[in-house]
Order: sequence, then C-alpha cells, then structure tokens
Amino acid sequence: MAKGKGSSKAKKKSSKKSTGTAGKAAACPPSLPGGGHRIRVLVAKPGLDGHDRGAKVVARGLRDAGMEVIYTGLRQTPEQIVATAVQEDVDVIGLSCLSGAHMTLFPRIMQLLKEAGADDILVTAGGIVPGEDVPKLKKSGIAIFFGPGTRLDDIVDFIRKNIRRR
Amino acid sequence: MDHKDVLKGNKRAIARAMSLIEDEDPRGLEILRALHRHTGKAHIVGITGAPGVGKSTLVYKLAKALRKRGERVGIVAVDPSSPFTGGALLGDRIRMMEIATDPEVFIRSMGTRGCLGGLARKTYEIVKVLDAWGADTVLVETVGTGQAEVDVVQAVQTCVILLVSGLGDEVQTFKAGIMEIGDIFVVNKADRGGADRLVLEVRAMLELGQAKAKWEPPIIKTIATEQTGVEELVDGMKRHYKVAKETGLLGHKCIERAMLDIEDIVRDRMMAGLLTTEKKELMKELCKKVADKMMDPYEAAERVLCE
Repeated sequence: MAKGKGSSKAKKKSSKKSTGTAGKAAACPPSLPGGGHRIRVLVAKPGLDGHDRGAKVVARGLRDAGMEVIYTGLRQTPEQIVATAVQEDVDVIGLSCLSGAHMTLFPRIMQLLKEAGADDILVTAGGIVPGEDVPKLKKSGIAIFFGPGTRLDDIVDFIRKNIRRR
Repeated sequence: MDHKDVLKGNKRAIARAMSLIEDEDPRGLEILRALHRHTGKAHIVGITGAPGVGKSTLVYKLAKALRKRGERVGIVAVDPSSPFTGGALLGDRIRMMEIATDPEVFIRSMGTRGCLGGLARKTYEIVKVLDAWGADTVLVETVGTGQAEVDVVQAVQTCVILLVSGLGDEVQTFKAGIMEIGDIFVVNKADRGGADRLVLEVRAMLELGQAKAKWEPPIIKTIATEQTGVEELVDGMKRHYKVAKETGLLGHKCIERAMLDIEDIVRDRMMAGLLTTEKKELMKELCKKVADKMMDPYEAAERVLCE
C-alpha cells in the first residue's frame, strides 16, 4: 500500500477514532478495560525492492489512526509475509512493491494466503504498478490499489470500512 | 474455533485465540480457561533492557540457538502503544523474519495498550497460549525499559537484563528497580569499549548484595549480531531454570503469580460490576467539579461508591 515519492501530504489529521469509549483528549491511556478490537495491519515489502519510504509513511499514518502496525522490513519472501500475517492475526495486509515484480509476487501471496486458510484477510496494494496490471491484481483478490498521491485518510477509511472482523 | 485447535497446533487458531484474549473478548476468556490446565510446561524467559541495547536481535539469536537444540520456541515481543491514539508500530519482528516460516517457531507482536510496566496488558496470557501450544521455551521481549519497568519479573521464570556500556557510571548499577530483577545479566555489544568495566561494575553491585542466595546471577558478555556468547547465555538460562526448580523458587513464584491473577480478575470484575453506565455518567459530572477544585477526589469517589 505504499505510495511513491511525494505522496505523504495527506497526514494532517491524525484521526483518533479508537475502539472503545475513549474521551476527547488523551488524558487516559486508550487501553480500556473490557478491551475491544484494535485493527491490526501488516505492512509488507515483498521481493528485492529496497524502497520503503512510502511503506513507512503509510505505516506511520495508520499508527496515528490508532491501528497496530506490524512492519516486516525489506526484502521479504511471500512465505515470510503470509506466515507473519497468520501469526499476527492481522485484519489487513498492505503490500508495497516498486520493483516491477508485482505480477509475480502479489498473486503468489494471494495463493499462499488461500492455502493457509487466511484469505479472509483484506489485502491492499500500493507502489508503482502500470495501469493495465491493476485489474489483473484485483482479479487475484487484491481489494484495492493505492497509487502515488493517495491520501492517507482514504486508506484509513477504506480499511475501516472493509475489514472483515469476525 | 476453540481451545482444541490451539492444542492441535493450528497456527491460525492460535493467532485468533491470542487476538480474542488481547481484545478481552468473552470467547478469548473461554479459551484461556480451557487452556489453563495445559500450561506450565514451558520455560518462560524475559529479555529486558533499554531501547536499542539489542533485545530483538538477541531474542532472534536465542531462538535460533534453541531451535538448533531441537526446541519449539514461542516469542512475544512488546512495543509501546501511543498514549494519544492507541496505535502502535510493532517493529521487533523485523529482526526475526528469518525464522518467521519455521513451523516450530511462533512470533507474536503486542502493543502495550496503556500498560506502563514494560509489558502489554495481556502478555502473560499470550505466553500461556504459547505454553499450551507446546513451546519448550517462550521468550518475552519487553518494550525498551528504563529503571522501573519491572512487570516482566512477574510474568517470567528467568529474567535476563540486557545492558550495554556507555550509559552511565556505576551508580546506575546500584539503583533499585530493574537491576534487582535480573537472574542473568548480559553485557551486549561487548566489542564496544567499556564492556569489561561494566561487567566489573555489575559484579561489584551483585557482590554487595545477599551473601548466600540460592542463585548467583551470572554476567555474560555477548555480541548478539555475531552470535558470540549466545550459547553461553542459553546454558545460563537452562541452569537457572534447573536451580529455580530444585530450590523451590519456581514453585513459590508460581503461587505468587496465581495470587496476582486472582486479585486481578477480582478487581476487574468488581470494577466492571461497579461502574454501571449511571456511575460512569456520575463520574463524568464529578470530574469537572474536582478539576475546578469545587470538590476533592476523595469526596467524589465516596459519592460514586455510595450513590
């Protein structure tokens, strides 16, 4: 879900919609007794791609929106990403790829998720992807593609509306 | 999904159970209750120390060493949640990705969710799930700690304090708090200057303490990135576990922990029963008066309890 350079302008309003009964300000820590679900996101960088500025911007934005963000770090295999998503029980995976290998890596991840019985996890993607590839990616199960210039608020909204919490 | 899937080792079920427990969902509670009798077999080791001393790297190397010995390993890594939004960036795992796909390793990241003692609210419960899964060792990595975040000592059986040189003079090693809870002291990044001196300082501090304790904490030098000293540390952990078992320290701690658990649950239940919607409304009203100095907080509490 990372975007290319110059796409971080959207982070002005770190919305603080937390799950429970939280008050207005941050007076009390947001760990409300009685809990409630906090959205968990895996921001993942598959393949041999050393560019993670966009992924980091998104990770930071989602953190500021009250989500728990797990970041894999660079150069991960599809297997590592899926194993992490399963163990961390994330609601969303945000894949970021700027290397051009998305048509190999993303469908492979979708396949592995299915095999792991984890295809209920919402998967979004971002990075540099030619327009004609986007429909193909969607066909493989990726819910949405966030290209360069996407507003962080839009990503946050999309995640909140589309996760399938059980 | 129920606790049987956890016992069978279904990763997805284990992970889901952990979420339900962390979210304090009633289903999580049921699973936890059912798992309780299946726990108690794992050796639970805490790794704590200041931010950047190398906890994640050391945990990863420890896990690798334990895997080489044929063990099943659970890891719980805690990072801070934001006090403002509740969000968190859980980044400990980055250093452990090489073992992410090992079927005999389970890594879980947690945000503190408002807990200030170095662990998350439900860390101990998540450890229990890994214990029930059949982990031989569970490694618990705390948030980067300062001087007083000592919750870990109640959640683990062996507590490893990770230090690096260059952070202060020897007075720091004499202070109460985190330096008191170590069963093993590790001086990491031992290739940096001052490591030997720090070892001496810690030893001096320990020698000034209890004369004939049942366990004398060893001080081990490591360079985690190069795996140097890691085997020695694993041996130290095992030795401590053995001694703690034999001397009854472990049994004693187990009972203490059970007491804490019961107290916690009683307190939570009482609070939940007490704080009805009306009482919460009342508290909202009263807090303004207290803030404006029209009423003191004791009087306000009295009204909440009595009305």
